[in-house]
Amino acid sequence: MQFDPATNGTAPRSPLPAPKIHVVGRGVEEGDPLAIDPDLARRWLTSFLKDEVVRRRGFTKGIVGLSGGVDSSLTAFLAVEALGKENVIGVRMPYRTSSPESLDHALLVIQTLGIQAVTIDITAAVNGYLAQVEQNGDVDPTRRGNVMARERMIVLFDLSAKYKALPIGTSNKSERLLGYFTWHADDTPPVNPLGDLFKTQVRALARHVGVPEVILRKPPTPDLVPGQTTEGDFGISYDKVDRILYYLIRGMKPAEVVARGFTPEEVAKVAGRLESTHWKRRLPTVAMMSQTAIGEFYLRPVDY
Amino acid sequence: MPRLAIAQLRPTKGDYGANLQKIGGVLAQIAKLDPPADLVVFPETATSGYFVEGGVRDVAVTAGTLFRDLTVEHEAAGAPPVDVAIGFYEVFQNHFYNSCLYASLGNAAPGIRQVHRKVFLPTYGVFDEERFVDRGREIRAFDTRWGRAAILICEDAWHSLSGTIAALQGAQLVIVPSASPARGTGMDEEGIRLPASVVRWERILRGMADEHGVWVAFASLVGFEGGKGFPGGSVVVSPAGDIVLRGPLFEEAVLTLRCRLRGDHAGASGGAAASGSRSQSAASHQESGERGAGSRGQEAQAERRAV
Repeated sequence: MQFDPATNGTAPRSPLPAPKIHVVGRGVEEGDPLAIDPDLARRWLTSFLKDEVVRRRGFTKGIVGLSGGVDSSLTAFLAVEALGKENVIGVRMPYRTSSPESLDHALLVIQTLGIQAVTIDITAAVNGYLAQVEQNGDVDPTRRGNVMARERMIVLFDLSAKYKALPIGTSNKSERLLGYFTWHADDTPPVNPLGDLFKTQVRALARHVGVPEVILRKPPTPDLVPGQTTEGDFGISYDKVDRILYYLIRGMKPAEVVARGFTPEEVAKVAGRLESTHWKRRLPTVAMMSQTAIGEFYLRPVDY
Repeated sequence: MPRLAIAQLRPTKGDYGANLQKIGGVLAQIAKLDPPADLVVFPETATSGYFVEGGVRDVAVTAGTLFRDLTVEHEAAGAPPVDVAIGFYEVFQNHFYNSCLYASLGNAAPGIRQVHRKVFLPTYGVFDEERFVDRGREIRAFDTRWGRAAILICEDAWHSLSGTIAALQGAQLVIVPSASPARGTGMDEEGIRLPASVVRWERILRGMADEHGVWVAFASLVGFEGGKGFPGGSVVVSPAGDIVLRGPLFEEAVLTLRCRLRGDHAGASGGAAASGSRSQSAASHQESGERGAGSRGQEAQAERRAV
């Protein structure tokens, strides 16, 4: 073969096939990258709750805000399995415009599990505040939604002190990665069993532990604005969003994700949300001025 | 033919005193074994918990201090002479290490037999060890009253060179204390779903045992630390590479096994006991005779009884 300086050193035309190597931590490979073993996940997360709520933090009880959706329903089911039904308190926190269905489904969870229920209507608190700041209806739905979400955390933490019950979070990995939550509201509870599970994995686990079918079947909604659905807000189904997120945070470039069967627009939308919300997944930025800055030099884990 | 015991424990974070007491509780249970155990293996960082970050300065002790404190616990437990291998954060001449002490307690020649300092410090992903402790510099086999052993701490065992060095130095038993958070979903050869990291661990340990014809005793930490769950699942692997004993997932347990150092793997017998509650677990122990454990089915069948 003649030496050709023009092609010497360039990549061969057809790249070598990628070797099929199983890498630990990548989980169940390609066919269904989001498949989980529900029984293993259930043992894993109930162990987590027993350790983090009872052994590490010394609480006997947990308190869960119940929206009637699949995340908080699953959280309540897991909490009951870990702590016992007499040690779990379910709190419903409707606003005047909340869907009655949300309240009914939360009640269904409470009755199915046989847990103590508390219902706090947040309308007066939210409206009492908004009346002082609203001018000519200038409080848009985002602001209203954020006020409701933060008011719910005021309630949850106050009831936590009242009942000596640790707030248990319900945010899933999909909404955490998309930044689809109110900062220092939904993400606030000190322990969260679902934060490393994508929404589709939450659904699979919820079905496995017996969350009522009517809750599993309805479209996800934050219910902050009447008629709102999560997937309507995104314009993409969770089934797709989760897979796009999975590939992106595994380190794939957007073009590589597109090659797996998504449109460039879908990938760009998800990537845009992911990349613009890193701040929401971190604590506030502190001006560092010393050699003992907390979390920079002075390093102690959360359970130390 | 030493009788091995493996204690997969859930330490109290950062509380050296409480963890020593728990270790003492295990020694008290071991004292009731007939025939008695020759060696009890505890996990990595059993005296403090694993993720302590800068707290390593608070929880680290010298090997001599740990030996002295273990001697006190051993006496209080009224246990017969026994050897122990215990993972701990070590301070030595102003340097900190992730170490494992091997000591003889209560016999005619009590004392420290070996201190292994972890050589391969994982500093990637969820791990950040090299930020807080120094590297050990050697892997060395040593003689005990029942045979020759070597210690590899956790990541040490992931580098095939380590097992090779241990074997070349004549180790008959490789002791592997570990603190490895569960991650991923995997499946073992029997088709059972396990954390992928547990499956990977078993593969590594079996490979080491099989390649070099050594026994491998793997003691794994239990419990969640800041959301990261140490899964237990301790194992003993025979020189033929077979898993002859397995601890439960996510639960504390004490496992026992008699191994034939010079024979083949057929002489193994053992049992497992587990308890979900912290107060009972250290006090929970069971001998199950010729169970020939190893399958997960048997793990599930094992009677659970506090002695």
